[in-house]
Order: sequence, then C-alpha cells, then structure tokens
Amino acid sequence: MSSILQVSSLVKRFGSLTAVDQVSFEIVEGSCFGLLGPNGAGKTTTIEMMEGIKQPDGGTIRYRGEPLGEQFRNEAGIMFQTTALQEFITVREVMTQFSRFYPHSASIDDLADRYALHEFLDQDTRKLSGGQKQRLLLAMALINQPKILFLDEPTTGLDPQSRRNLWDQVQQVKEQGATVLLTTHYMEEAYELCDEIAIMDHGRIIAHDAPDALLAAHFDDVVVQIHAADIPRDIGEREFQALYRNDSAHIVTGDVNRTIERLLHFNIPLNRLRIRARDLEDLFLELTGKELRA
Amino acid sequence: MKWSRVYALFVGRNIEFMRDRSALAWNLLLPILIIVVFAYAFSEENPEKFKVGLILADELPDAAVQFRATRYIKFIEFAEAQPNLHKVERHQIDLLFDVSSSRYWINRTSANGYIVEKLLIAAYAGAQKDLQKTLVEGDEVRYIDWVIPGVIGMNIMWGALFGIGYVIVRYRKFGVLKRLSATPVTAMEFLSAQILSRLWLLLIVNAVIYIGMDIIFDFRMHGSYFNLFLVFALGSVNLICCGLVVAARISSEEVANGVLNMFSWPMMFLSGVWFSLEGAHPLMQKFALLLPLTHITEAARAIMIDGDGLIAIADHLLLLGVSSLILLWVGARIFRWE
Repeated sequence: MSSILQVSSLVKRFGSLTAVDQVSFEIVEGSCFGLLGPNGAGKTTTIEMMEGIKQPDGGTIRYRGEPLGEQFRNEAGIMFQTTALQEFITVREVMTQFSRFYPHSASIDDLADRYALHEFLDQDTRKLSGGQKQRLLLAMALINQPKILFLDEPTTGLDPQSRRNLWDQVQQVKEQGATVLLTTHYMEEAYELCDEIAIMDHGRIIAHDAPDALLAAHFDDVVVQIHAADIPRDIGEREFQALYRNDSAHIVTGDVNRTIERLLHFNIPLNRLRIRARDLEDLFLELTGKELRA
Repeated sequence: MKWSRVYALFVGRNIEFMRDRSALAWNLLLPILIIVVFAYAFSEENPEKFKVGLILADELPDAAVQFRATRYIKFIEFAEAQPNLHKVERHQIDLLFDVSSSRYWINRTSANGYIVEKLLIAAYAGAQKDLQKTLVEGDEVRYIDWVIPGVIGMNIMWGALFGIGYVIVRYRKFGVLKRLSATPVTAMEFLSAQILSRLWLLLIVNAVIYIGMDIIFDFRMHGSYFNLFLVFALGSVNLICCGLVVAARISSEEVANGVLNMFSWPMMFLSGVWFSLEGAHPLMQKFALLLPLTHITEAARAIMIDGDGLIAIADHLLLLGVSSLILLWVGARIFRWE
C-alpha cells in the first residue's frame, strides 16, 4: 500500500521551546492514523503543520510525493478542535459557502442526510448544541469529498452517545476510502478507529505501530482491578505494588492465580474484582508517565 | 484568483452584516445624528466672527498694521489675490485685501463683508493712499454645504476602518480565519471579498444618507453625480485598504481599537472636515495631505461646491488610487490567518 502523506524530520520551535523535534512518519492511503499524546506533547502543532496551517522550521511534508500545494488544499478535509463560524449565518448557508471554495463538492442534501443535519439546516450556527456543531464541522470537513481527513480531537466535550455516533460517521468515511488522521484524548476512540497510532511526548514520537502490535510488544501481563475501598492502600502498595487510579487499585500481574491466592490470604473481598487485558491507556501511562486526560 | 471563492465570501459577509440589525441600524443612524448635531452646533459662527484674506506687502503702512491689529478678525495670508477671489464669492472669507495696491474685494451680499469693510475704511481714514473697492458676486456657500462632503467622507472612514478592521480581527480571534485558511481560499481572495462587501455596503448606506440629508438640508451639488460616486468609491476602497493593513496581523480587539482610533481621530480633525485648514501651521497642512480623508473631502467639495470635473480633481483621484493599490499589496503581503 502506498503512503499518501510523508512527514520527515519535522521541527517546530516557539522561541527556545522545541515543540516538535525531528518527527517522521508516513500515513498509508485509506488507513486511519492516530496521533496521541498528553497536553503539550506537540500533536496539535504537528497536525497543523501537516494541514499547512503552520509553517515548520525544519523537515518536509509531502502529499502524494509533492510539497503541500493546490492539490492538497482541494483534497484535504479538516476539522479543528474548536472552530468559530461567521455569525448570523445558517447551517445551509455556511455549507453552501464552503462548497463554493472547492472545484468538486458533495451535495449538501446528501451530507445533511448522512450527518443528520436536516433538523437544524436553516438554524443560525450560533444556536447549535455541541453535538450538532460537531456534526456540522465534520460535514464541512467532508464537503470537498476529501481524500485525506484531519480530525483534531473531534469528540472532546461530547456526551457518550454523540461520541459513539461520530465514531460511526468516521468509520463510514474510512469505508469510502478516505485516509483519516486523528488526534484524540480517548484511548478507546484510538483503539476503535485507528489502524496505526503514534504516541508523542515532549515533541517526539516515542512509539509507533498498530495498536495491537504496540500492546503485544510492551505487555505480556494483565491487570487485576479491585475497588479501592476493598483493599487498604498500605497492603495494596506494599504487597501488590498496586497503582491507585480513581476508585480502583490496579495490580499488574503475569500470574492471575497466584495473585488471587495472595489477595485471599490478606482477606481482600473479591466481589468487585475484574480482570482485564492491558489497554492503550496503560501503554500510554507506561510510556509517558502521564494520565492521558491530565 | 478564483472569483467563485471571492463571491462565496462576499455573500457570506453580506448576510452577516444585513442580519446584524444593531450594527446595520448603527451604521445608518450615527451619521444622521452627527449631521444634525453638528449642523445645529455650527449654525452659530465661531468666536472669530470675521475672516479677512491678506496679500501682504514688503512694508506695511501704519493703516494696514492698525487694521491687522483688530481683534476678532482672523487674518489669512495669501500670495496672490486672483486665485482666492472665489473665496469671497463663496463667503469662505469676508473680504480680501491686497495691501500693496490698497485694493480690496467684497461680496455685496455678505453682511460680514459690509462690517469688515467699515473697519478697513476706518483704519485707512488718515492714510495718504486711497482704497480701491471691487465688488464680487457669487452664491453663498452655507456651512452645511461645505461640511456635507467631509461628513460623508468621515462616515465612510468610520465604516471602512472599523467595519473591516474589527471584523477581520474578530474573525482571527475566534478562529474563523483559521478555518478559512484550511480551504483553497487565498489571502488575496479573502481580502478582495472583504473589500467588495464593505464597498457596496458603504456606497449604499452613504447614498441613503446623502439623499436623506439632501431632503433635510437641500445642500449644494453643482457637479456630476458620476464624478462624486467615483470619488467616494475610490475613497472607500482606499480607507478599506487602510483597515486591511491595520487588521492584517492584530488578533486582539483592544489593540485593533487603539490602532484604528490612532488612524481615525487625526483624520477626523485634520482632514478639513469640520473647519478649513486655511491659515493653519504649514506642517499641519502638509500632514493633512498624507491623510486619505483630506483628498476625499477636497475632491468631493470641488465637485459639489465648485462643479469641478475629473481633470480638476485628477491629483486626488490618482493619489487615492495608487495608495489603495500599495495598501492592498502590503495588506496581502503581511496578512496572517492566525
């Protein structure tokens, strides 16, 4: 499979701070590529350079082997983390306006059908709910029938149902053959949507592969999760090296039977015990030492 | 440049403006309020009741020195009499006096001219040289006739600078420009759409004001409406381009407000909108020539009051046109989407 976008030795500095430091990767055409990282890791700066919004201080970005230019502008769909629209303008009018920017554009009625915009098509854009606005922004990003779609934290601030709906819509875009580049704070989202992920920290890529391959490479153990109230903190930390997160104690183990025996030995109730495989959240924590939503 | 994209932006901006009822109403009401307030305020003459033009000689006779010492008369020095006779005709000055030849010109319909003449004759009562009186005639130019072209120019200035500058800064601050930068729209296309959108709005709004004020004040219009339209259109483009340059990089409304005020207030007072700069310090007069509003006001006055044609105002049009192109080029060069 050929790569649609190649990023090579990308550098961006803000004064003395190097926000993006020699970042390189390629995105395979038709795939979904996830860029993950804690706040300030440099992922938004990286994606904005790839979108052509910010100019890099070093390195190259090539779209289909060429520097970003007219073809890229016509074929890229972009959904920013936050976007303001012109005031006093309806959803239909903003869609019409954006459709005129491109040589080829999708039908507004088709997009309205697909992203359930009909109910507020003639409504002022300032009066949309969070979920409605995200659907509109996604439809706007797709108005030019893009070959590559950039989504910068598209589901931040959405309720679980709206988030799940947006995932379905992104899956549809993928099924139609478009390439998707996604940044997200939600590991579940990255796992659900992405074929490949790159984890960034301090402006560098510290891990890059398919999600399952990354998990397999870093973990051969599981997590025994117990309600924090059921296991005293001193016993948990001393005897099991448990990590307390939110309301749970997380015990990483390669031998579940032995761990359960020891928990019973300390009279720890197991009614609320859960065993789960290691996930991207664990991987992220292990690699960056930071909670993703911190 | 793709005109379909310019058209899309043009339409979007127009919809936004027309639906913003408060902004639209303010754009229409403000200049009418200004006209009414200032017409009322300036219906009384200023403390210097009289204006006398003087063509000075190398040595002033005692009588001339005595006349020049008269209080409450503003004396304005001219090099020659002939080019300034129309100022007597139009009541812009009450009397013109050539000291070396002791000749003076007054308008026989001017009450002020009659009084100033008496003062001049009194000053020369014991002098050896006889005064020579010449009568001129002409239509009176009322203050409202004189001030209207400048007020329309000033309204264009506010609408252009703040209408364009504020909008772009707001678009930048809230990320509207960032979203547009992610499309094939170029800076020149975006700026062109802003110019066109603001231009027709300014022309329509000011045409309405012009007609409304004409019904109320029946002011003087001796020239061609096409020429006047050309002056206001070119002046609008020029001032819009000034606004574009100011807004090319700023992302804070507070900073934009300060910079736009820094541009607009000197223009309001030094472009000869409210009072003639005749007799002002030469440096101030030279500075005024740098201000686009000076050229808009002078060209519009020349058309409306004197009925001048395009040739007579060609210098103003050329200056406005060339500086518009330079400002647009600079604005597009330094423009930032973010």
